[in-house]
Amino acid sequence: MTLRIRRVVFLLAGGTLAALMLGSFAALPSFGGSHGAYGPLLDHLSVPQHHITDVVTAVNFDYRGFDTLGEEFIFFAAVLGVALILRAQRGEVVGHSVDYATDRAVPPTSDVVRVLGLGLTPPTVLFGLYVVAHGHLTPGGGFQGGVVLATGVLLIYLAGELEDLHGLYTEAALERAEAIGAAGFIGVGLLGLAAGTAFLDNTLPVGRIGSVFSAGMVPLVNASVGLEIAAGLVLLLTNFLHQTIVLRAPGRVSR
Amino acid sequence: MTALPFVVALWLLFVGLYGVVTSRNLVHQIICLSVVQASTYVFLLSVGYSKGATAPVFADIPNNRVVVDPIVQALTLTDVVVGAAVSALLLAIAVQLHKRTGSLDPEDLRSRPSQ
Repeated sequence: MTLRIRRVVFLLAGGTLAALMLGSFAALPSFGGSHGAYGPLLDHLSVPQHHITDVVTAVNFDYRGFDTLGEEFIFFAAVLGVALILRAQRGEVVGHSVDYATDRAVPPTSDVVRVLGLGLTPPTVLFGLYVVAHGHLTPGGGFQGGVVLATGVLLIYLAGELEDLHGLYTEAALERAEAIGAAGFIGVGLLGLAAGTAFLDNTLPVGRIGSVFSAGMVPLVNASVGLEIAAGLVLLLTNFLHQTIVLRAPGRVSR
Repeated sequence: MTALPFVVALWLLFVGLYGVVTSRNLVHQIICLSVVQASTYVFLLSVGYSKGATAPVFADIPNNRVVVDPIVQALTLTDVVVGAAVSALLLAIAVQLHKRTGSLDPEDLRSRPSQ
């Protein structure tokens, strides 16, 4: 199919879809007049019932926790898939893990990047832990905090070389951490079954409103999701970096 | 302009789809797909908005304050996570494809015999 025909087909199909969507959008309540039935209900339930002040977290990790379990496993499967796709192919060899380009010199990392990168790493990790730990109180949670935590590792790479990361963790440890995070979610869910109610039912003591140790199982779920996301993202990062920096096609081993 | 957020969502959807259809570079194509996904974020958040409402976080606001719909916000979070997972997988496939064929042009995929 040439680009021209493709454009024509797209205009026809896209035009039809746009017309249908415009028609259905016209039937929506106007912007600013949200009429969700469940949202307001949860707004009034989540604080008195489970002492969760961030209702978005209440939806994700408590009332709709089962769906979030699925969401977490989508991410888990994606990380597995990337690790599988980016494994060393036949004939590829492991070279020196040093940035190199065959046709130009790679400038050394500047001191500014080194200092800022390393200086920002501790606050970034601390902030990540804060976001994970306060997910049930203020905006944040395991997913967001996990991403911030993984950024800390990325900063270390930016400030140095890939080899600096090798002293920090091994790939096997990351895989284990990711698996523990994923299994932790299920484990917390089983507490509900053990208490005689339902899977992922929030049966733990809910504590005092506004305290870090409140909201029952939600901080535990957030912690395990945070661990899974942080380890998974670093694993993704390591896989992509290995692909460009460490693996060499045959005949292009090293300088 | 009460319809503006929905118009923006539609525009992002179709501009992204057009990019996916006509792109000549796989990395560009994956980014176009992210644009399509961004339209769903705008749409979901627009559906849940109420006039004068604030974020559904009752840590520092009175309990009777009008807030936006937390359900669609939670859905958007799911959406973002799935979007990141999809992008990562597609980029990994693009990397291997480039290694095998030396090209990132989707047009080149068809004519090559499988290895």
